[in-house]
Amino acid sequence: MPAEILKEKFTGRVQEVVLGATKDEGGTRAYTVKLGGSSTLPFLQFEGDIPNRPVIAFEIWDIKPDWHECFAEYYSDVWEDPVAWAKKAEELGADVIYLKLRGADPELENSKSPDECAKVVKAVLENTGAPLMVEGPGNPDKDNEVLQAVAEAAAGENIAIGLAEKDNYRGIAAAAMMGKHCIIARSPVDINILKQLNLMITEMGVAPEKIINDPLTGGLGYGIEYSYSIMERARWGALIGDKMMAFPVVCLAGPEAWRAKEANAPLEDAGPGWGEQKPRGIMWEAMTAAALLQAGGDLVLMRHPEAAKLLKKHIESLMVPNVY
Amino acid sequence: MGLTGLAIFKLLPKTNCKECGVPTCMAFAMALAAGKATLDQCPYVSDEAKEALESATAPPIKLVKAGSGDKVLEMGDEQVIFRHDKTFYHPTGIFIEVADDSNVEAKVEEINGIVFERVGQRYEIDGVAIVNASGNADTFKNAVAAAAAKTGKVLLLVSEDPAAIEAAAAGVAERKPILYAANGDNYEKMVEIAKKINAPLVVKGKDLSDLADLVGKIVGLGYKELILDSGERETSKVLADLTQIRRQAIKKRFRPFGYPTIAFTTEEDPYLEALQAQVYVSKYASVVVMKTTELASLLTLFSWRDNIYTDPQKPIAVQPGVYAIGDVTPDSPVYITTNFSLTFYTVQTEIEATKLPSYLIAFDTEGLSVLTAWAGGKFIGENIGPWLKDSDLNQKVSHKKLIIPGGVAAIKGKIEELSGWEVIVGPREANGIGTFAKLKLGA
Repeated sequence: MPAEILKEKFTGRVQEVVLGATKDEGGTRAYTVKLGGSSTLPFLQFEGDIPNRPVIAFEIWDIKPDWHECFAEYYSDVWEDPVAWAKKAEELGADVIYLKLRGADPELENSKSPDECAKVVKAVLENTGAPLMVEGPGNPDKDNEVLQAVAEAAAGENIAIGLAEKDNYRGIAAAAMMGKHCIIARSPVDINILKQLNLMITEMGVAPEKIINDPLTGGLGYGIEYSYSIMERARWGALIGDKMMAFPVVCLAGPEAWRAKEANAPLEDAGPGWGEQKPRGIMWEAMTAAALLQAGGDLVLMRHPEAAKLLKKHIESLMVPNVY
Repeated sequence: MGLTGLAIFKLLPKTNCKECGVPTCMAFAMALAAGKATLDQCPYVSDEAKEALESATAPPIKLVKAGSGDKVLEMGDEQVIFRHDKTFYHPTGIFIEVADDSNVEAKVEEINGIVFERVGQRYEIDGVAIVNASGNADTFKNAVAAAAAKTGKVLLLVSEDPAAIEAAAAGVAERKPILYAANGDNYEKMVEIAKKINAPLVVKGKDLSDLADLVGKIVGLGYKELILDSGERETSKVLADLTQIRRQAIKKRFRPFGYPTIAFTTEEDPYLEALQAQVYVSKYASVVVMKTTELASLLTLFSWRDNIYTDPQKPIAVQPGVYAIGDVTPDSPVYITTNFSLTFYTVQTEIEATKLPSYLIAFDTEGLSVLTAWAGGKFIGENIGPWLKDSDLNQKVSHKKLIIPGGVAAIKGKIEELSGWEVIVGPREANGIGTFAKLKLGA
């Protein structure tokens, strides 16, 4: 009895988005990275093509982060200096550098000015070759000012800036368009807002090949299944031809996983059976990331170099062709 | 799913004898289609029609059970490809391998000892897979007996040598072990053994077509307690095969694939192995057999299994009420949050970490999170105030100070007005509780 392979006949695909620009393209990046482009469900190459494998971005901050002490082993010599940190991230295997401008938070004592932020971005670009993504401090007014300055300073580099949200997207979209950059559009684990926000941004004139979606990730054990299902629905929407659901998706595996007690607690404060913190923290992040890949993540934001290394190998095994 | 009343009617005897308890054959057909009657109520239906009807009205994936006592593992009986279409029902069983030529007792003890607790859940390994690595039937039999004596977990007997399976299975028949595996060469003998003790039998194909072929032959022999293994071991190919099996069973009602599935990990690195197992848990495997006993690998895998098998239609709630954390006294601080379990346990673990005995109110929001419940009018001063005023907390503590989540600072005034308590606005995020307790409560 021959089993007849059942293939879905999809008409749509995920929008392909290019991050970065090389010298020939008006920038200074050593290479560009392509996100999305799939015409099939995650890793099911038997019914469509996956032109670009999921990409790994490393999270770096412009100020010393408040992360678990286990990160000191990797970053304590560089985390006072975003340029050195960015270089280190490249050495550790980052495809993309994801810079969070936390130092511009107006609630901080020495809150960085938009000019200072622009200088940091410029310096990172001058000293690295990876495509760059830049996230503002998370305060709507300050985000607008900071990202405007960043977009100008990085003109030609085709970076991604964000986060654009439903109540705060105009200024950021305008800055992205002006500097010919990509925009990261964040929706709060809600497929309708995701679609609506994409619509509003495109109506402002942002080109589809410049939009990346951040559907807001829940970490393992803390709501990851909500994000998983939203991402599955968005991917399905993309494949059946809904262009407003068809943008590449960013998963915040690192920052979300490291909010969990399970990642951080030392052995003496750990729950029953949890074991040592080091492998547990690494795996909490790697498992969060790997699970979200099954729902269609195109770019995964990672924090721990060991977790990123595991994920890279895991992606390789998933990209082995499975055509019947 | 299933057949329409009209399609069923065509296969009925059309005697209108009422012996089924329904006035006409047509009405009986309608009752069948609606799932309100069963075919055995009709004494005159032909065997042929019965077979056709059963396969058409049967669930797309058969429920198969293994194990005994309180360690029964239910496999299969799934209805959807995506969890958001309904839910996934039967969580993947996680099994760990034990070679029959190793120290079986020590290994099984170790597996028994792997128990995790987090956010009110308890996770343990579901089963032990005893592998006939020695190739010797007696060694295998002894190893299975030794494992059975040490654990109540579900047993999976791994050998393609029917003589070894027969010898080992006889001693643990009442435990309803899973037998692995029937292949093209041994299936007749394996079916005989499985039938004798009514144990689930894994059918292992060389590929999907071979698998479908073998299942057809085994069903032809009258055995349907089956679990499927496509024989593939590479992650991306197993993913494709598991997807095909699930899809063909559900979307095409392809009967040979209407059974639960089993997958084996192959990665040597215990952490990569857990990520590989995660793919199979996410994508439809009913059983995953692993080698590692690494805690970080298993804790994260179980957590993921717990998440993906959560019913997306039901928020999970804890019993509303007042919870004491640590050895509380009348001076202990009082926190409030909602009874959405994720919210509640997140707050509870953070309060625990402050080491300051405290009360935590799980306010009844029908299982919604703080901001959702607030937006929906279920976590507001008008509800909390009167409740607090009459709460038995007034007898338990000597102060009247309530700490509320920072995200809903706006409800402070109304609670104070309606309860007579003083409200302190806490941190927005639970992970700020440690610092908050240190600065404001002197923890």
